Amino acid sequence: MKTTDVPQDDANMLQGKFKEPVYSLDADGNFTTVPSVGWNPKNEVMQEAWDNVNMKIERAKQDVVSGKVSPIAYYIEKNIMDVGLVASYMGIWKYRVKKHLKPKNFMKLSYGMLERYAKVFDITVEQLVNIEQ
Amino acid sequence: MTNKKTDIELKFNHKQSAHCENGAVSNLLRYYEIELSEPMVFGIGSGLFFSHMPFLKVGGIPVTSFRPLPGIIFKRTARRLGIKFEKHKYSKPAKAMDALDENLKKGIPTGMLVGVYHLTYFPDPYRFHFNAHNIVVFGNKENNYLVSDPIMEEPEKLTYDELLRVRYAKGTFAPKGHMYWAKKIPEKIDLEGAVIRGIKHTCKDMLTIPIPMFGVNGIRFLSKKVRKYPNKLGARKAASYTGQIVRAQEEIGTGGAGFRYMYGAFLQEASVILKNDELKKLSYELAEIGDLWREFAVITGRIVKNRNKADESYDKAADLLLVIADREESFFKKLKNSIT
Repeated sequence: MKTTDVPQDDANMLQGKFKEPVYSLDADGNFTTVPSVGWNPKNEVMQEAWDNVNMKIERAKQDVVSGKVSPIAYYIEKNIMDVGLVASYMGIWKYRVKKHLKPKNFMKLSYGMLERYAKVFDITVEQLVNIEQ
Repeated sequence: MTNKKTDIELKFNHKQSAHCENGAVSNLLRYYEIELSEPMVFGIGSGLFFSHMPFLKVGGIPVTSFRPLPGIIFKRTARRLGIKFEKHKYSKPAKAMDALDENLKKGIPTGMLVGVYHLTYFPDPYRFHFNAHNIVVFGNKENNYLVSDPIMEEPEKLTYDELLRVRYAKGTFAPKGHMYWAKKIPEKIDLEGAVIRGIKHTCKDMLTIPIPMFGVNGIRFLSKKVRKYPNKLGARKAASYTGQIVRAQEEIGTGGAGFRYMYGAFLQEASVILKNDELKKLSYELAEIGDLWREFAVITGRIVKNRNKADESYDKAADLLLVIADREESFFKKLKNSIT
């Protein structure tokens, strides 16, 4: 690829925080870097990955509203985590997190436990118990 | 931490790079007056690779990778240049932070592994649970740590709590407060020897690993898989699987085309160091192979965009991968011969 062909397809993936150096050949045939804001094929595959994440979040949200799972399930998806990762952030066994995914067990959690979950998800306890907030 | 610390700012020259591991090493060495570009660190550390492991899944999708496991480039580069690094992990977060403060007081810029998910300055679309990101801390000013993050254009700042959080990210490759710093810099560095060792190792990795998931055979293996994706997985899932390949290939840090362009830049520098014109010619050949990888990304982008209907492009993508595998095989054979 020539430096003049380095794509600049902005899909706001970098949110203006920096540009990505792309290696390419200049007019003299030397490799050099050109800062790029993005490239369509890459934006496309990243968008697809995020669409999948968002779909899972939406599904989890509906399951929480219909009482199938506890809000923890929703925040797991929202933070792109899984049960194992949440368990290691919480410092508890996986099976306990799984247990807390059931609304009936979630209701019995102490305030201290709710606080710990809220901390892992970077939210308040109010947000944890009520996902609409 | 409430007690105010004295401000420390080391004369650290931050330079942006494509890839964090090369960049952190390159930035650290510059502090000790060893000027090595990012491609040089990458090439000496044999950073170019290919692997496709269908049984290893992240987020339910098989992993394709264009680089060795995190930490390997760093290790090889240090070994080949004869630089000794001190490395430490800490079971207690507060100890890890104290050790960092101690280092800064002694005037040692310190590299460390962090998770990117909670890095406050990172763009959101790139924030996922990846735990082998490299940064260098080079000071503490008004209770903010001064952070040289190789992928950012300018140095950043993190508070004590923010830094502690990313140093103790959980999950795969959990950093556990891992930090490293230069302990012994040799007076004379055998650059030629390091370059040759780096090239030889890459050729070996790409050509001779007898498991079909690695090197050029890995590309052929992937081609077979991609051809079967639409029938085996259905349109949506097939698109996700193929998209993942391109995400790895064009990830922040690859410099484009799965590090192929960056390796081309290395070969150009190597041709000067070794006084070997053949390497420069080969750098152009690799640039062409890089263009083929980019073409693969274009096809995949189209597949992913039309992901709700079955598509005949999968055959095209798989065919292209076979072409790439043949080109890379002949390329690495020539590269191997050019330095012996």
